[in-house]
Amino acid sequence: MWNTVFPYILSGISVGGQYALIAIGYTMVYGILRLINFAHGDVFMVSGIIMVYMAASGAPLWLCIPLVLILTALIGFVIERVAYKPLRTAPRMSAMISAIGVSYTLQNLVLYITGGLNQIYPTIPWISDSVTLFGATTKVVTVVTPILTLILVVALVLLINHTKIGMAMRAVSRDFETSQLMGIKINSVISTTFVIGTFLAGVASLLYFTNYTTVIQTSGAMPGLKAFVAAVFGGIGSIPGAVIGAFIIGIAENIIKGLDIILFKAGIIPGPMGLATFSDAFTFALLIIILAVKPTGLFGEKTTDKV
Amino acid sequence: MERNINRKRIDSATIISAAIVLCLYIAVFIAEQILPSTSMLFTVLKKGATYALVAVSMNLCNGFTGIFSLGQAGFMLIGAYVYGIFTIPVISRADVYQYYSGGLVQFTLPVFVAMLLAGLAAAFFAFLIGLPVLRLKSDYLAIATLGFAEIIRALFQWDKLGPVTNGSNMLRLFPTFNDFNIRGADGQVTVYLSTLVPLLISGVCIGAIILLINSTFGRALKAIRDDEIAAEAMGVRLASHKRLAFCISSFFAGVGGAMLAMYQTTVQAKSFTTAMTYEILLIVVIGGIGSVTGSCISSFLFVAASEWWLRFLDQKQMIGNFEVPLLRNGFRLVVFSIIIMIVVLFFRRGIMGTRELPDIIRGWQRKKKGGASK
Repeated sequence: MWNTVFPYILSGISVGGQYALIAIGYTMVYGILRLINFAHGDVFMVSGIIMVYMAASGAPLWLCIPLVLILTALIGFVIERVAYKPLRTAPRMSAMISAIGVSYTLQNLVLYITGGLNQIYPTIPWISDSVTLFGATTKVVTVVTPILTLILVVALVLLINHTKIGMAMRAVSRDFETSQLMGIKINSVISTTFVIGTFLAGVASLLYFTNYTTVIQTSGAMPGLKAFVAAVFGGIGSIPGAVIGAFIIGIAENIIKGLDIILFKAGIIPGPMGLATFSDAFTFALLIIILAVKPTGLFGEKTTDKV
Repeated sequence: MERNINRKRIDSATIISAAIVLCLYIAVFIAEQILPSTSMLFTVLKKGATYALVAVSMNLCNGFTGIFSLGQAGFMLIGAYVYGIFTIPVISRADVYQYYSGGLVQFTLPVFVAMLLAGLAAAFFAFLIGLPVLRLKSDYLAIATLGFAEIIRALFQWDKLGPVTNGSNMLRLFPTFNDFNIRGADGQVTVYLSTLVPLLISGVCIGAIILLINSTFGRALKAIRDDEIAAEAMGVRLASHKRLAFCISSFFAGVGGAMLAMYQTTVQAKSFTTAMTYEILLIVVIGGIGSVTGSCISSFLFVAASEWWLRFLDQKQMIGNFEVPLLRNGFRLVVFSIIIMIVVLFFRRGIMGTRELPDIIRGWQRKKKGGASK
């Protein structure tokens, strides 16, 4: 039994870590701007594409990786300046539509550049190697992801709780206008948020595509949506919430992928039920349930609307 | 807009607008008899009619009621499947459902009954999903409806439902727009109607939505959009109004889905992605959130631009001996997305803002009068 379930849990933890890194970007941006950054998943995908092209240009990997991360963060910065900043005073819906527009643009741009073909992600040595862990064979990246995720999250939490920019972020997310009156330069705070968020998405793309090996213009959409669901699940605006939500969703999704085999081997169902179809749907069902039962998520702050 | 609230009688501007629409229909009918039926114009008109209906239905929800729903693709999928499932001729069923021994449904409904059923099925699902989802606020509602569309997409691809939905295989061989053409005894087409009929269906549905928007119910919806709390204080029942608006919008999205099925001639669940919803949302935004006329115009523009006018961007073009750089497959979509971003960022009100065709005509009339009096 354990031998059947364990590989799924293992890959669930790995995917969960990758979702967590993306989810942080969503949750930070939402915490500050109250904007669902629909383009975040596509930035994640673009980061993968940049890596493909950079490795193809013959640059050594030790140079590629930091360069990809910097470029990804730069893209996040530019997107915020071009597409969201002009709409800051507009109704919330306008900014969200702009985010959808950016997502559409990024996807089409990548479609144009790649010709809509699957791009093979370069093999990063060491983390692409195979290891055997408690009887399950997997890639090193599976083991590295959760550890790296936790290190990055701890670093981020320290940054937010103990530095000046972190304090500014907290202030802006609490009250936009008052923090402006207190002399916080909100433009730079918002830009920093985007840079951090997209940087983490870049790290996630390194890990995720090492695992899945191909990138296409639509490969950012699903992980992006799921990471967003994770952020909502954990309580949007809360970083630990997003991380926990991401791990839960990652594990649940992978267990459902193998549910047919697990249940079959446990003798509960007589034959395959094709339940793996629902691995994506389950995430969204979870989202609807959590929103219906506890709209602010697991760790979200309760807000009261004043009339 | 306040000016219009007490307007009961039909004024000349409304009549002129109706006449314009009628003229367009007649023009389409004549064009269809004269021009070859393979002309791009008809493809654009057919797809445009479909998208116009879906865009207007989305506008009813997002623009007039303020329910920011992103579930349109899901409702279209339901509509398309219900239409497909009930209209495939019994003879062809063994062929279509080849992996599920002919499928479960062994009868055929008339086209229009099936379309109605498509709408009703979508509305029913909207009712179900509305129970938990409609209590949510703006962006949470958006993401929940988006999630619902994804769930529906997975459900329709489930192998166990194969005898009904054909699993992940496509539905085909059901009546399409071309079956609206009237054929003579020898099988030759005598009267071409394959473009006019979809335009008529879409026109009737949009007409119904316009009547709804101008009714007391429609005004209550606008009140909800502008200020929920104030509307509630004035005696508008929020929950029931929102639910009804959501269901009606989904009904028409379902009918639109059935039309899309007819346009595409095949249906496959995996093509109803969130990208489709985004596309329709962008149409609504370009046309102007809260304008039915705007949604219609922008649907046709969007479809014409993406299927027809900008096609040349996808091929190599030569001006004399100079090969225009950048032009290759996919460039059209890049140009297109940039146009969309410009509209979203700089022309936030879209083509029409919240105005309708009669409003514009009234503006012209007033300007004329003003000019004469001077």
